[in-house]
Amino acid sequence: MKLAVESVAGRHDAYVYGGGKPLDPTLPAVVFVHGALHDHSVWTLLARWFAHHGYGVIAPDLPGHSQSAGPALTSVEDIADWLLALLDAAGVRQANFVGHSMGSLIALEAAARAPERATRLVMIGTAYPMAVSPALLEVARSDPFAAIDSVNAFSHSTMAGKPSYPGPGMWLHGSNRILMRRVQAGHKETNLFLDDFAVCDRYANGLVAAARIACPATLVLGARDQMTVPTQTAAIAAALRAKVVSLASGHALMTEVPDALLAALRTAIQTEAAAPATP
Amino acid sequence: MPGYANPGFDTLALHAGASPDPATGARAVPIHLTTSFVFESSEHAASLFNMERSGHVYSRISNPTNAVLEERVAALEGGAGAIATASGQAALHLAIATIAGAGSHIVASSALYGGSHNLLHFTLSRFGIATTFVKPGDHAAWRDAIRPETKLLFGETLGNPGLDVLDIPAIADIAHAAHLPLLVDSTFTTPWLMRPFEHGADLLYHSATKFLSGHGTVIGGVLVDSGRFDWNAATAASGRFTELTEPYDGFHGMVFTEESTVGAFLLRARREGLRDFGASMSPHTAWLVLQGLETLPLRMARHVENARKVVAFLAAHPGVVNVAYPELETHPDHALAKRLLPRGCGSIFSFDLRGSREQGRTFIEALKIFSHLANVGDCRSLVIHPASTTHFRMDDAALQRAGIGPGTIRLSIGLEDPDDLIDDLKRALKAASKP
Repeated sequence: MKLAVESVAGRHDAYVYGGGKPLDPTLPAVVFVHGALHDHSVWTLLARWFAHHGYGVIAPDLPGHSQSAGPALTSVEDIADWLLALLDAAGVRQANFVGHSMGSLIALEAAARAPERATRLVMIGTAYPMAVSPALLEVARSDPFAAIDSVNAFSHSTMAGKPSYPGPGMWLHGSNRILMRRVQAGHKETNLFLDDFAVCDRYANGLVAAARIACPATLVLGARDQMTVPTQTAAIAAALRAKVVSLASGHALMTEVPDALLAALRTAIQTEAAAPATP
Repeated sequence: MPGYANPGFDTLALHAGASPDPATGARAVPIHLTTSFVFESSEHAASLFNMERSGHVYSRISNPTNAVLEERVAALEGGAGAIATASGQAALHLAIATIAGAGSHIVASSALYGGSHNLLHFTLSRFGIATTFVKPGDHAAWRDAIRPETKLLFGETLGNPGLDVLDIPAIADIAHAAHLPLLVDSTFTTPWLMRPFEHGADLLYHSATKFLSGHGTVIGGVLVDSGRFDWNAATAASGRFTELTEPYDGFHGMVFTEESTVGAFLLRARREGLRDFGASMSPHTAWLVLQGLETLPLRMARHVENARKVVAFLAAHPGVVNVAYPELETHPDHALAKRLLPRGCGSIFSFDLRGSREQGRTFIEALKIFSHLANVGDCRSLVIHPASTTHFRMDDAALQRAGIGPGTIRLSIGLEDPDDLIDDLKRALKAASKP
C-alpha cells in the first residue's frame, strides 16, 4: 500500500509492504526498517510469517528507496520522525520496532523518541557507533557501484547460505548486489550510497536514545559480521540492557540464516516481558 | 583482485552454492534423490507452503542438489538466481510461459537452434503466442517488429548455423526502450566466454546438456534471471507484465514484485511454471552438471584452443569452400566477436565442403575420431551433416534459404589432441574429394 507521509522534506508517498496481507491496525504491529541501499524486500520471509501469525506488518521502503517517493532523508533522527509519522498515517499506535543495520539505528531512535509506542526493540546486524571507513566513502564518491561491490562482498560470510532467500535457487551475493545497484540507480537526485552511509556514520545519539528506551530490547548479531562487527556492540547493549543473540552469519542475516533469525525474532517479540531491570 | 570476499570465476565454479554437508561432512555435493522433505511440524509445513520460510517441499519445485547448481550457474553468470529444468527447451518454455500467454508476441532472431524455432514457430503459435523472426543483425527489423502485445526479445549469443554474433548491447537497448526484457540462449558461449548480463541481457538460459555438463551424459537446462529488469516500471509504462505485478490467484494472491524486488520473475517461474508444467531436473542430473561445471574454465579454454587449430587447418584446405567462425576476418560478425567474445567464439562451427551431398556423406563416414551424432558441446569431438540428417527432406534450394549448403558440415570440437583431430579431418577430406 501507499501512504502519504510528512517529513522534513515535505509530504511524499511511502510504499509499505504488509507481508502479503492488508494491514489491520488493530493487531499487534511489527515495523521492519531496512538498511542502506536496501528496500522492504529484505524482510519478505519474516514479514510474511508475522503477517500470517496475528501481527500487522509494516515494512516500508524508506524515502528515496525503491518505491517510496521523495528525497532520501539525511539523518537517523529525521528518518525516525518520518517512521513515526508513517505509523500515524497507518493508524498504528504501538509497534515492535525491528531494524537491520542502518535501519536498526532508525528503529532505536524512533523507539526513543516515542517510548510509549515501542513494545519491543530488535536491532539486527547492528553496532554503535556505526562508523564508516573514509576509504569506502571516498570510493563511493567516485564509483558507487564499486563501493556496492565492496559492501556486498563484506556483507556475506558464505558462498552457500541455505536454504537461500527468499527461496531455493537464489544466489545471495548476486541478488543483494543487484538490489543495491537498483536502489542506487533508482534514486536520481543524489548519490544514495553516500547519503545512507553518511546517515550511519553521523549518528551520535545512540547511547542517549538507548537510555530512553522503556521496552525490552534484543540485539541479533552475526558472529561473522564484517560490516557491523559484534565487538562494537557492548556499550549499546549495556545501555539498552539488551539480550544479545549471536547467529552463525555475516551481516546479511535475513538472507544467510532466515530460520535462525525468525526464531530469534519470535523469542524477542513473543516472549512475555520480564519485570523492568533495575538500572 | 579476486579473493575470499570477492571470488573469481574459477573459484565460483567450484564453490558457489555449496559447502561441506553439515549433516555428514561430505565435501562433494550430495545427491538428494528424494521426492519430498519431512516437515518439522504442521506449522512448519504451512509456513513453507505460504512462503513464510524458505526450504524444500517437493523435488519437482526445488531440491537441495538442484539448488546448488542453480546458485552456481547464477554466480557464474552474475545473476540473482536460477532454476534448473529438464532440458534447455524446458528452460526456454519456462521463460516464455512465465510472462506470456495467448495473445502475446515474441520477437526472435531467425538464427536459432532448430528446436527453438520449432517451439516458437509451430508449437507456441498453437497456444496463441506468435513470433516474428528477424535477422539478428538487422536492428531496424527488431525495432519494427515490436507490437503492443510483445513480451520479450529473444536470440542466441552465437546463432545457428552461421555463428551470427548477437549484438546484445544494441538489441538490449532496443528492448529496454520498448520496456521489454531481452532473453538470450547462452548455450554455445557459456559464462566463461561471455556473460550476457554484463552486456544488457535480462534473462538467459543454457542447454546444460552441452558445455556446462560437458560430457554428453545428461539432458538439462538452466534459466537465469539477472534481477535487473524493473517489471513494475515496465508495467506502469506499457501495461505488459501484470503476471508479476498484480495478485496471482494461483498462489495465495501473491504479487511477485512486492515479495521480491529482484527475484519476482523467478518466484513466479518456480511457483507456477515449475509447479504446473513440471519440467524439473533430476537431482542426479544436477549433480552430473555440477561435476562438469567444476572444470568448465579448464575445458572451455581447451575447447577454444583446439577449435582455433582446426579452424586454421580447414580454412587453408583446398577442399573447403568456407569456414563460418567469427574469429576469421571473413566472418561478417568478426568485429562484433572481437568486442563481445574476446576469449573466443567457442568450439562449434560449420564449414562448407567443396562437393555434393554424397561427398558430404562420404566425408562423415570416413571420420574415425569425430562421432556422427546430433549433439554439441561434448568433451568428444562431434560431427553432423545437416543435408543428410536434420535437414534431409529439403531440396538444395530450400537448404540454401536456411543457410545450409549440400556440403555444409557442423563440427563440435572436443578435448582430444588437436593433431589427431586434424589427421582425422585430413583423411576424411581426402576421401570426400573423390567424386
